[in-house]
This record gives sequence, structure tokens and C-alpha cells, in this order.
Amino acid sequence: MKTLDRVKNIATPFVFGIAFLGLWEGAVNGFDLKPYFLAAPSKIMEQFLNNTTRIWEATAVSGSNALIGLCIGTIFGIAMSFILSRFRFLNELVTPLAISLNAIPIFVLVAVLNNMYSITSEIPRRFMVTLVVYFIVLVNVARGLTQVSSIQVELMRSYAASEFAILRKVRVPNAIPYLFTALKVAAPASVITAFVSEYFGGLQNGLGSRITSNIANSKNAAAWAYVLGACLLGLAFYTVSIILEGLTRKGQSK
Amino acid sequence: MKFVRRIAYRTFMFLLTLVLLVGIWELYKATGPQDGGILFGARVLPRANDTAMPHVSTMFSRYGRPEVRGSDKEIWQVVLSGAWFSLRLSLVGFFLGTTIGVGLAVLMARFKTVRRGLLPYLVMSQTVPLIALAPLVVSWGGKLEIGSFVWPRWLSASILGTFLAFFPVAVGTLRGLTSSPLAAVELMSSYAASWRQTLFKLRFPAAVPFMVPALKLGASGAVVGVVVAEISTGLKGGIGRLIIEYAREATGDPAKVFTAVFGAAALGLTMSGLVAFFDLFLMRNRPRETST
Amino acid sequence: MSVVANISAVEVIGASKIFNEGTDNQVDALLDVNLTIAPGEFVSLIGPSGCGKSTLLRLIANLLEPTQGEISVNGKTSAQARLDQEYGMAFQQAGLFDWRTVSKNIELPLELKGWDKKKRAVRAAEMLELVKLHDFGNMYPWQLSGGMQQRVAIARALAAHPPLLLMDEPFGALDEMTREYMQGELLRICAETATTVVFVTHSIPEAVYLSNRVVVMSPRPGRILEIIPVNLGSKRSELTRAADGFFRSITSVREALRGTHADHVASTAIRGVEDR
Repeated sequence: MKTLDRVKNIATPFVFGIAFLGLWEGAVNGFDLKPYFLAAPSKIMEQFLNNTTRIWEATAVSGSNALIGLCIGTIFGIAMSFILSRFRFLNELVTPLAISLNAIPIFVLVAVLNNMYSITSEIPRRFMVTLVVYFIVLVNVARGLTQVSSIQVELMRSYAASEFAILRKVRVPNAIPYLFTALKVAAPASVITAFVSEYFGGLQNGLGSRITSNIANSKNAAAWAYVLGACLLGLAFYTVSIILEGLTRKGQSK
Repeated sequence: MKFVRRIAYRTFMFLLTLVLLVGIWELYKATGPQDGGILFGARVLPRANDTAMPHVSTMFSRYGRPEVRGSDKEIWQVVLSGAWFSLRLSLVGFFLGTTIGVGLAVLMARFKTVRRGLLPYLVMSQTVPLIALAPLVVSWGGKLEIGSFVWPRWLSASILGTFLAFFPVAVGTLRGLTSSPLAAVELMSSYAASWRQTLFKLRFPAAVPFMVPALKLGASGAVVGVVVAEISTGLKGGIGRLIIEYAREATGDPAKVFTAVFGAAALGLTMSGLVAFFDLFLMRNRPRETST
Repeated sequence: MSVVANISAVEVIGASKIFNEGTDNQVDALLDVNLTIAPGEFVSLIGPSGCGKSTLLRLIANLLEPTQGEISVNGKTSAQARLDQEYGMAFQQAGLFDWRTVSKNIELPLELKGWDKKKRAVRAAEMLELVKLHDFGNMYPWQLSGGMQQRVAIARALAAHPPLLLMDEPFGALDEMTREYMQGELLRICAETATTVVFVTHSIPEAVYLSNRVVVMSPRPGRILEIIPVNLGSKRSELTRAADGFFRSITSVREALRGTHADHVASTAIRGVEDR
């Protein structure tokens, strides 16, 4: 029964996906939908394959912004979380800020950042991604460092272990799964933020701007092809974060 | 009483953080390079002059002055009406998104095939930038006709909010609906309760603690969707467009863009505040969890 | 008495239950179980972990279908009995709904049966009186202690006045003193309502104290080893716990359980039966 279950788990989404694509294609052709509304999957694929180089270039720009922001944001986030675990009172300041930032469309700060740097700089976008990633990583890793089983800490204290030893042997191992949870959220978030940041003007060489310009020129199928590129980029980031998580899971009970 | 004290304490801490941020801003202005600088080999230090980084006091005083020279409307009125416009769009997006999300969750809870087939896409959708669809959806405005109904441009912004809201709501609600302990399901079975009765008397109430964080995500998703739609297409009347407009005038009037940015922040906080109130209502009879 | 007395409360004929038949995970939970329970009887099922006592209970409750054999409750098939709500059930976790008051929890089965508001309220108040919790109707389950929650669960199980009560280690999560108190309360309630009870437990003294008969089961595949009658009279009290007859019955049950121990001494250890 178990193998049948596994087969069903993989096959069903496939079937759903293909059925969906089929319906889409059928609807566009059958109802003769105008391209400005919905382009047919076949046309989109066509555009995608015709423009792979350009799509790749745009993806590289958006992707590198996302990646740089992701890396820097993670490093700073981890560093700050160590500080937070050492000086607990800082929690009181950081937590309300993090909570409210979750509610706000923080990316609008790009408008401000664009003004603080030169118009041809990629820094505002990278700064934005860094900021978003920073808070995600900070909140999660700080939680992982501080919400440790009290039994384990008591045990270490009974061995007269120093705070640093407790950090190394109890808190950090506890925080590692939290780090990867954060990455699984931060990786797609970095792509989305990099994307959205492009709408605020500045260099028009990323995926976001390409989509807008294609629509302005009524080349909707091409726009959809860039959308596909964006989706693949987001998926790629997410997949990498899952793989990284899997690598560290070896030996740990599920 | 303890509850009120907790809220007062949290608000105070939040304000303290804001004061600190203002302090950091002004400190950088006082000590930072006027034309930007190089750190680690890249131009990462922003310009500290008054044009690039206006004083915080300037930002606030800007609210009291007219939007454009000669206009009788002060900026705060313009920003407020822009934020109000976007808030309404976000609410529409949120309601639509929640309805669709909950409906999908019920379908997936009921039919295992639907869950198997749809859930992977839902999970994936949270990782790809759906926002990329923004310009496409907005372009339907004014051109799409269904019978006598012409698609208004603003609806596209709400639809984007719906897209971003319904995924977290669906996933969270599904988790909640399937969270009932086996004993409770067996209990309903022993009463020969129908699936519908079990849904309304057991699964939904049991799902509420899971729906609460999902609704919060949905609310912020709706705001993000609406604002991005406005920004990518310059939808008239919303706060997004104001931000873009004012950003263009930043060299001449640097504090202006900040007024709109703060407006957007207020929009987000209002939306999340509304949902938080609703959450309080939903959880009114539940045991208070100890705060971590 | 009337003809009704001739209909058994529960009749299990040749019941077997096999899970995952034919696969690597096959579990022979129950093998050829035969049991007849008269109306008003209190019967305990006792045995080591994995002996199938909970499975048997669920067969009677029609939460599981037997692989072989028949189950009848009050003269009907177990399926029909479930549809007609001929029994009430209580589990180890009280399983009360956090979002409902105590009264509303008790009203749950009545709501499902379609009773109107007033009737439900009256019945719920009645049940609260029965379990001695009449001041707690408007409180929420999480405001009550474990023992009180179980009392509410029992009130809920009996709300529709079913003739049969099925209980799966309901006192397992309670401390010793509360447990003994609840046992006394349970006997009182069942006497007042003339309910038949099938009670699953791990505890020998509990089984003996509560029951007219104790059904001793073997480890997997579950079979009935012996059915031990308990002759302590129908009015039991704290004094009963000190009576010689009590200890003799406990010894009988223990020996019946250990009888299997000899067979198993070479293989796995028997877990789970307490001498508390």
C-alpha cells in the first residue's frame, strides 16, 4: 500500500498540472481569448525558447541581486541573533520592530533608497533584499538560540559549564534547524523583493522591468515567458535551500 | 488589567525602537560622507546630505505643507486619501482571498485526491514571485468585458491582493482542519455525525488557532499585492502611485517621498491591526497561551 | 421480567480483526473472540499492551469493521447501533471541545440528534447534577481539573441516555486518589442509570473493583483467555477495597494474566499491566 501511496502522491499533481495546462490552452483557443488577457501555454513556451538568452540575462540580474542580499542578510542576521541571545533585553526592542515590519510593505523603502544612492546603482535593491532577509533570519535564529530545552541548560549548568560552552554545545545545535526554516522563507522572499524593487525605477535590466516593458509593447506572450523565468528563479532558490537543509539533516531523527 | 499593561509595555518599547532608529538616522547624517562613500570596495555608503537624507523633522513638517505649490490640499490629506484608497482595495483582496482560501482548504480536507494534486502547487506558489503577474493582471483594466461588466482597473490590484492572500490562508486552514485529534473524530463518528456536521462542529473550531496566523499572513499579502499592483502600473488614487510620483520629485523635494512611505507603513499596520482585532474575537474563549 | 431481558446488551460472535492483511505490516489484532454481555452488567477488558482490548471496544462501537464474525448491540448490528446512538463513549483523554462551555460539550450528542434548544439545556443540567458538577456549566474545560473533565466526558457520554457505555482507559491519566474517587462515582452513576458498561483498563484492582466480570485477554493475537466473575456484591464502597474477596479476585485475575506469562517467558516481556 505504501508504494501505491507514493505513486499517487507524485502522479496526482502531475495529472492536475497537465489537466490545467490543457484547459488553459483549450480555453484560449476555444473561446478565442485575446492575447492581452491570457496567452496560450504553447505561445508562451514558444516565446520562452526564442528568447532564452535575454531571459537568462534578466534572470541573472534579478537573481544576483537576490543572492547577494540573501547572503549578506543571512550573515548579518546570524551575527545579530548571537548578540540578541547574549543581551536578552535587546529582544524587547527588536521583537516589536520585527513584528510590525511583517505587516508593512517594507519594499516601498526602495523609493527612499534610490534617492540616497546614484541612479545607476544596484545597491538600493540589494540593500532592500538584505534588510528583508536580515529580519527573517534574525527572528528565527534568535528563537533557536534562546528557546532551548530548560532541561538541557540545567544539565550543562550542573556541569559548571561556561555560557560560551552552553552556547556551543546546546544553543547552536538547537538553532540550526531554525536557520534552515528561515532560509526556506528567506530564499523565495529574496527573489520576490529583488523583483519588486525593480518597479521603483533605476536600472531597467531585470526581470520585473522586462515584463512591464513587454506589456507596454503589447507583447503579452513574451511577458509571460519572463514570468516563467521569474517562477523558475524562485523555485531554484527554494530548491537549493531545501537541499541545504537536507544535507544537514543527516543523522538527525526526522 | 494585565492584558492592558502588556499592550502598553509593548507599545512603549516599539516607540523606543523608533526613537533609536531616528537617532541612528540623524547620527549618520551628522557624521556620514556628504556624497556617499566606499566601504569594502563598493559604493555602499549612502549620501548624507539634506537632499538624499532629509532630517526627520523635515519629513514630519512636510505633512503640513501643500502637496504642490499653489494647491490648497496639504500633503497629509493627499497621503491619507491615498492610503484609504489602497486600504479599501486591500480589504476587498483580503476578503476574496480568505473566501477562496478557506473554500479550497475545505475541498482539500474533504477529497484526498484534490489535496494530493493541489497542495504541492500551493506550496510552490509561495516560493515563486506571483507578483510578476501584477502588470499582466492590471492590463486587463478597461479592456476585459464580461457581459456588461467592464473590468475596472482597481479590481486588478485587489485581485493581486487576492492571489497573495489566498495561498497562506488555504495552507493554514487546511492544517487546522486536519489537526483534530483522532479521538475527537472517533467521537463524532460514534455519534454517526455526517461529514458536514463534523466540519462545522469539530474541524472548523479546532482550526481557528491555525487560521489566526494564516489570516495575518493573508492580510499582509493582500496589502503587498495591492501596493505592488499600484506601483507597477501607476494605478491612480492609491498610495503606491503617490510613492512613485513623489520619488520622482525627490531631488527637488526630498522629504515628500517619506510622507508617502510612512503612509504605506500606516496602511500595513492598520490592516494588520484590523485582522488582529478579528483574531482576538475568534480566540475569545480559548485558554490564553503563555507568551514566549 | 420482560422479553427485553433476553436480548443481550452486547454479543460478539467469532470476531476477528486483521489489519493490513496480506502485506508485510499484517497485524492479527483479534482472533475468534466470543463474548456475551447482559444488560446492566459491568465488564472489564484487561490484558497486556497489544492484546486487542481497545480494538475489541472499537469493533463494538462500529468504529472498525471485523474481518470475520458478527457484533450485535442491543439486538441490532453494531452499525445500526451506532447510527441509532445506542452507546456513549469515553476515552483516556477527555476530549472535550475547548471552544465550548461544559454545558455545551454535554449537549453535543443531543445537537447531532436534532434536539431543540430547551430540551438540550434541561438534559445537560440533569447530567451535570448526576456527575455533581452543577455549578460548572458555564465554565470552559481548560478551567477544570483532569478528574472534573473526565466527569464531564462521562456526562456527555450518557447525555442521550444510551443503554451502553464504552470506556477506553478513561482514568488512565489521573492520579491515584482521583482515580479511586472516580471509580466510586462511576459505579454510582451507572447504578442510577442502569447502564451496561464495557471498560478497558490496564489496572487489575480497577478492573476488579468496578466489574461483575473481568475478561482477561492474551497478547497478540488477542484471544479471551478467561472470564473471571467478581463476587463482591452490587454495593461497593471503600470498604470493599479492604475486603478479602477483593484481594482474592485480584489474585485470580493476576494469575490468569500470568498464565500467559509462562508461555512468553522465552520471548518478549509482557509490558503494561500494573499492580496498582
